Amino acid sequence: MYRVVEIEKIIKETPTIKTFFFRDESQPSPGQFYMIWLPGVDEFPMSISYIGERKAFSVKLVGEGTRKMHSLSEGDRLWIRGPYGRGFVEKNKKALFVGGGSGMATLAPLIERMRGDVIIAARTKEELLFKRRFKNRRVYIATDDGSEGFRVFAHELVERLLEENEYEIIYTCGPELMMRKLIDIAIERGLDIQASLERLMKCGIGICDSCSINGYRVCVDGPVFEKDILIEMSDLGRYTRDRAGRRVPL
Amino acid sequence: MLSVAINGLRFRNPLLLASGILDESGESMLQVIKHGAGGVVTKSIGMEPREGYENPVIYELSYGLLNAIGLANPGIENYGEEIKIAKRGGVPVIGSVFGKDAEEFAYLARKMEEYGVDAVELNLSCPHARGYGMEIGVDAALVEEIVKEVKRKVNIPVWTKLTPNIHNIVEIAKAASNADALVLINTVRAMAIDIEAKLPVLSNIFGGLSGPCIKPIGIRAVYEVYREVEKPIVGVGGIIDARDAIEYIMAGASAVEIGTAIYLRGIHVFSEIASEMEDWIKKHGYEKIEELVGIAQVR
Repeated sequence: MYRVVEIEKIIKETPTIKTFFFRDESQPSPGQFYMIWLPGVDEFPMSISYIGERKAFSVKLVGEGTRKMHSLSEGDRLWIRGPYGRGFVEKNKKALFVGGGSGMATLAPLIERMRGDVIIAARTKEELLFKRRFKNRRVYIATDDGSEGFRVFAHELVERLLEENEYEIIYTCGPELMMRKLIDIAIERGLDIQASLERLMKCGIGICDSCSINGYRVCVDGPVFEKDILIEMSDLGRYTRDRAGRRVPL
Repeated sequence: MLSVAINGLRFRNPLLLASGILDESGESMLQVIKHGAGGVVTKSIGMEPREGYENPVIYELSYGLLNAIGLANPGIENYGEEIKIAKRGGVPVIGSVFGKDAEEFAYLARKMEEYGVDAVELNLSCPHARGYGMEIGVDAALVEEIVKEVKRKVNIPVWTKLTPNIHNIVEIAKAASNADALVLINTVRAMAIDIEAKLPVLSNIFGGLSGPCIKPIGIRAVYEVYREVEKPIVGVGGIIDARDAIEYIMAGASAVEIGTAIYLRGIHVFSEIASEMEDWIKKHGYEKIEELVGIAQVR
């Protein structure tokens, strides 16, 4: 069964990301996701970017469904089910949050609940998400093209920061190759890590096997995985599965 | 106590993973085996890679699930590695296949045999794919021809999974009786409309209903067919706990397949039901689950 919610407010965050605010009584934890159905168009998974009574999805334009979503106006309706999956586990460790591109949408509600430094990474300065959202903490910016902040990839900035800071855990969400590199860094240096993964998802409730990585379902066992499972995921950053379930190089 | 044999295949318990759930990749099947399944049936595999339907492909109901995944599968030529991985689990792996005619079914079954499966299950019952599954499975003559052709081409046991979406399942079961075992039932053809959207929910409009609400239909099918066809039966449809599984076995099933319960109870449902069944058997003074097969039949 879907719940129908009304879009109260829309904010254009970047050229490709819009935030849609709505009210809903569900109580998600950071890292969980919903399925959004736009009747007659598509249904797709979306992580929650604000988790209070006033909630929001921050949606990047990637395909037909999200294109339709971007064309909606305040007052339009969304059909949603969820929240689903396992979110982040808040640990009492010195934290570094690393968000790449729209991955910041997933990390943001966690960052607001915890202490720790933040890396916001994107291809260009226009695509940096939520760079003014977090108060009273260190926020480092990295862009691929150097248009703002450090001109390095996120994992390179992490290595640089690790030279001067004793972080104990990395919380991350972003492009899979970025997260693969961060996991490798965490393994190498003995840091803890949690990563929110994204795969082609169909049912969202753990039965269709579309989003599985090495036998772990992103929709039910994840989308946030802890280090012990991430270590087992040999396909992560290397192979994915297409809509037919074929294992193909990433 | 729970061990059963079907067509000479030994299962550590009668609780098999049903086709279509968590069984596209070999590693997912390994997880299901790790959580106690006595055997696994693969996702239905066809001649070519198939993407399935657009979302929504699933609809959650308070009494079950409605799905129209659309026979998404990697295609038979890409499936050998998944079987190889699933076989590491040490329990029988049954390869499910779907084709449009006897020739395709025979080819697919032969490939599955080459890949090392312990038996094949012919999907003659998917209720939501044009030209496949149920559309073939309601035609008794075609069912008979497909089963005969597959039996001629492979040496491993051949199971046929039949549809409840027919007025007389005994007639189809008889047509399929050259098979080594009958699997009853697949999902019930159904649909749902969202009244706010004023539209069908599933992108395919029609889908298959599974879960607790269809159990009485499955029980009836097993009960009816057991009386008329002397072949082992594998019961499927709405098995959520040990009582459901035992009910199917008493109706005449030698084993059961479980799918929707993974959604309702989690992947550990297999080992949980197995231990619930052992408790029941001990409490009621039996020694083996096999003693219960068909005992509720009224002659």
